[in-house]
Amino acid sequence: MPRASVVLADADERDLTKLDEYRAVGGYGALRSALALEPEQIIAELTGANLRGRGGAGFPMGRKASLIAKDSPKPTYLVVNADESEPGAFKDREIMLRTPHRLIEGCLITAHAIGSTSVFVYIRGEYLTEFEVLRTALEEVRQADLLGGVTIVLHRGAGAYICGEETALLDSLEGKRGLPRPRPPFPPVTGLYASPTQINNVQTIATVPKILELGSKEFAKLGVKTSPGTAVFSLSGNVVNPGNYELELGTPLRELIYDIGGGIPNGRAIKAIIPGGSSVPVLTPDQLDTPLDYNSIQAAGSFFGSAAVMVIDDRCCMVQLALRAAQFYMHESCGKCTPCREGTRWLVQLLEKIEDGRATHSDLDLLLSVCDRILGKSLCALGDFAVYPVSSYMAKFRDEFEAHVEQGGCPFAGESSIEGIVAPVELHERKSLSGSVDG
Amino acid sequence: MASYPDPRSATLPALRLAQERHGWLSPEALRETAEGLGETPAYCQAVASFYDMFHLHPVGRHAIEVCTNLACALVGAQQVLEAFEAELGIRAGETTEDGEVTLRAIECAGGCGRATVVVVDHRYREPVRPEDVAGIVGELRAQS
Repeated sequence: MPRASVVLADADERDLTKLDEYRAVGGYGALRSALALEPEQIIAELTGANLRGRGGAGFPMGRKASLIAKDSPKPTYLVVNADESEPGAFKDREIMLRTPHRLIEGCLITAHAIGSTSVFVYIRGEYLTEFEVLRTALEEVRQADLLGGVTIVLHRGAGAYICGEETALLDSLEGKRGLPRPRPPFPPVTGLYASPTQINNVQTIATVPKILELGSKEFAKLGVKTSPGTAVFSLSGNVVNPGNYELELGTPLRELIYDIGGGIPNGRAIKAIIPGGSSVPVLTPDQLDTPLDYNSIQAAGSFFGSAAVMVIDDRCCMVQLALRAAQFYMHESCGKCTPCREGTRWLVQLLEKIEDGRATHSDLDLLLSVCDRILGKSLCALGDFAVYPVSSYMAKFRDEFEAHVEQGGCPFAGESSIEGIVAPVELHERKSLSGSVDG
Repeated sequence: MASYPDPRSATLPALRLAQERHGWLSPEALRETAEGLGETPAYCQAVASFYDMFHLHPVGRHAIEVCTNLACALVGAQQVLEAFEAELGIRAGETTEDGEVTLRAIECAGGCGRATVVVVDHRYREPVRPEDVAGIVGELRAQS
């Protein structure tokens, strides 16, 4: 499959953070065309392009836009989810840093399509430089009088993975703790300030101008039929050339890791691949020919997620990796739903026991039982995200877990690539014990 | 506050400003924020305690934050963290005795392609190797 550029088009050749440069490659032309169209026509284009949400859930954007309540007496809002926090993902950051105007143009087109004049971009608090780049670009757009009566507010988060979950994001944007909401009602009916709200990921919105520019038919020729277009794949872990690569959907995993990524450093063997961020089930080397699109990855037993491909070589202990993933989800569980709040702690404690060599075979079964008691039992997917790494590592590397039990300790004997890794949640524990450490 | 239909939406920006002014969200900083927003100090504290970037205890003048999530861990984040611990003479989660530097381990910062990511006073340094650590600490000490 050829490399293809949609959201990062022309960004290698030009400094697209500047309005003049972006306009020189046709920037804001799609907005001009869009404003001449009726909102329904734009939604028809998005639906025809079958653009699936690039944030993780893969919901078709056109359909989402068509669900916006039309008869509401309240204003309609567009919210851009720029709270990229999935471990392994760093694509939205690149889009904001290199093509901020494409994101802004996408916001303005989408706002017109849903009849909104108020856009909020919820940007991850840690992304300070990205915020500054967007702010400068937005100021240029304001001065060039391109906003057409639409206000775009850049709202910074303050460090919470859960705020990437769309309803937690809305609570956070309303100035509260970021807790997920029960659904229904869904955001298109009752979202921000209990008003109709469209929520999309950065990359989804940044793809909109190209769809208008190329036309949905032409756009749909990119990628595969069930998932047209491109994705910016974030490649990381034990690979020679990590980084962001925009590719057509359907590109085989092997091509990304070996041809583009340069393979595994030092001639090591590949052990496992996480195809969509730390929350999705792991794949094994026999699945390297899986095409990277929504349906194919799902058929392989995992999820497209946020297109964050993490490569793990044979030096890594999978129990340690599962523990580190579980510590993350325990740290980030908001605490609202009991199965997730208590279950993530159970996962951590059991995995610590296994890694330390204190576990019995029945603890392995207990671990899977805890997974079952979390899965699908909370308001949002965070609990499920905590389960997928643990249950899939267990399913695919069960003998490694059993070796810990049988040998009474880690079979890597201190030689695992992530040996001794300290997790932030352990520092909280230290604090609560000694009272002297700030979390 | 004028940016938002509901002034409560300004809670996070207001807490950020207060923290920038006071160094941390002291009871006094929370009271000020609450007055500005028309909320109670308890509300502001409840919100602040939810978010990692807000500090409800004093922290050092500088912050060094090392990502130890999966992608960074796979390429040696622990060695980077330990190099900072050795250079600063403190453990992760602690502040140097002179109150200058707080060292933290953090969850994924979104720089997995250039691991290990270290965030120094809110600016990303990537990638950082153990041999870069002395230079980074030296830079901060020179600013003190």
